[in-house]
Amino acid sequence: MEPILQIKNLTHTYGVGTPFQRSAVEDMTFDVYQGEFLGIIGHTGSGKSTLIQHLNGLLKPTSGQVLLSGKDIWAEPKKIRDVRFRVGLVFQYPEYQLFEETVYKDIAFGPINMGKTGEELDRCIRESARLVGIRDDQLEKSPFELSGGQKRRVALAGVLAMEPEVLILDEPTAGLDPAGRENLMANIRDFHRNRHTTVILVSHSMDEIAQNVDRILVLKSAHVLMSGTPAEVFARADELMTAGLDVPQVTRIAMALKARGLDINPAVYTVDALEQELLALRKGGAAC
Amino acid sequence: MLKDITLGQYFPGNTVAHKLDPRTKILLVVLYIVALFCAKSLLTYGLMALCLAVCVRISRVGVKQLVRGLKPVLVIIIFTGILNLFFTPGDRYIFEWGFLHVSDTGLRSAVFMVLRIMLLIMGTFLMTYTTSPISLTDGLERLLNGLKKLHVPVHELAMMMSIALRFIPTLIEETDKIMSAQKARGADFESGNLIQKAKALIPILVPLFISAFRRADELATAMECRCYHGGEGRTKLHVLKYQRRDYIALTAGVLVVTAVLVLRHFGL
Repeated sequence: MEPILQIKNLTHTYGVGTPFQRSAVEDMTFDVYQGEFLGIIGHTGSGKSTLIQHLNGLLKPTSGQVLLSGKDIWAEPKKIRDVRFRVGLVFQYPEYQLFEETVYKDIAFGPINMGKTGEELDRCIRESARLVGIRDDQLEKSPFELSGGQKRRVALAGVLAMEPEVLILDEPTAGLDPAGRENLMANIRDFHRNRHTTVILVSHSMDEIAQNVDRILVLKSAHVLMSGTPAEVFARADELMTAGLDVPQVTRIAMALKARGLDINPAVYTVDALEQELLALRKGGAAC
Repeated sequence: MLKDITLGQYFPGNTVAHKLDPRTKILLVVLYIVALFCAKSLLTYGLMALCLAVCVRISRVGVKQLVRGLKPVLVIIIFTGILNLFFTPGDRYIFEWGFLHVSDTGLRSAVFMVLRIMLLIMGTFLMTYTTSPISLTDGLERLLNGLKKLHVPVHELAMMMSIALRFIPTLIEETDKIMSAQKARGADFESGNLIQKAKALIPILVPLFISAFRRADELATAMECRCYHGGEGRTKLHVLKYQRRDYIALTAGVLVVTAVLVLRHFGL
């Protein structure tokens, strides 16, 4: 697979030369591949937020590089806005950034900044609104009349409307109820599947990560602790626990069963996989 | 970039200067300012500078931090200095070039003016560096207590002040966040003419106002839930009480002012 984003020895230090000097990201190196669904997890203060703000050029690295399609994004600082259009970033609680009179106008903010006009503008607004489940009659409403969950969808649509090549989501489901959470994740999964866009999901919830992503990057105190497929990462559950991170509920059950003497692979992370394991065990167990 | 604002920043510490009653410190600053404006000669200015140096030494605040406080007013200092230097008439001219001439009194007043402003700012900054905003408002409230008899809402004013101080960092952080979010959507705050730049602020100001109102609303509810009903009959957890060190400090302050006044009387 082709890497779309390459992060090379990225370091970011806050407050250089003051007593409060602190590295939030230290010597991180990893690739993000074209079309993959990458999950980033880490404890509070592990450098997640700082890291993702480097990927679209909101923060400038203290040292190291971020390459987008093989080109250093800071090669031409004047064109950093183009990078921000290609790498869309949805912040935590994005509903607090809404400001326009109507939902339609708010979604249009990004595409208009890109220079889109006329039918093209209208098309990408309506398409992205549909993607996140905003009905046509809601487009002319004020965003402040909507419910919390709907506001978040509007904010998400505002970034999707720029049709970025890479979409970064920082805790997109924080503060939503379980139904709203699942609904929103389904929208994001559809978007990823239909558009073949690279998606990076930052989350606290292991279950959310386990159910959605192809690959996981685990951060611990400003460094990359591990990276790999969910199966590979959850096989190292002990290390995750010492990093102060949880494992998915299903994995916890499998680990508890293993601890009680069942011969089971504890690195499962979906209900289906656990079911398979248990069925296999039952078949084997019937023999003895 | 917004986080670099150090307006009245507090540096925690455990020195006598930190432990003094905030009322004492406010009164000392007032005395210090009075003395500073009465000072007329090199001797009295020297005395004031010495007082400041002693206080700085006691408080263990870094000289670097204190000097950094001068940065925002640097323009004013330079401007005052130049105006005084060139445009004060005097008997004897030290230096003449074209229409520019420097008289001996001009030089004197320029030096003293610059010294005065610098000492004034460093002195007041020393107070905010060693006193947390909370105890500062507390002290101010107690000092102004007498005005309650004139129906001045002293407690309410102090409460408003501490809430405002409390929310400055929060709102700065919020502004930073909103700016980043809008930049991620391609907002451009740097280029364009004045009107375009003003227009570019709308996507920041609207969410900022909304969130400020939301926070105010939440805070009001939270305060009501804890039965807040103004200053009437309200007691304090930390009651301010003058200690021995406060009396000593205040006496020293009064002595310095007296000394400056006496020296001034003798034309020094």
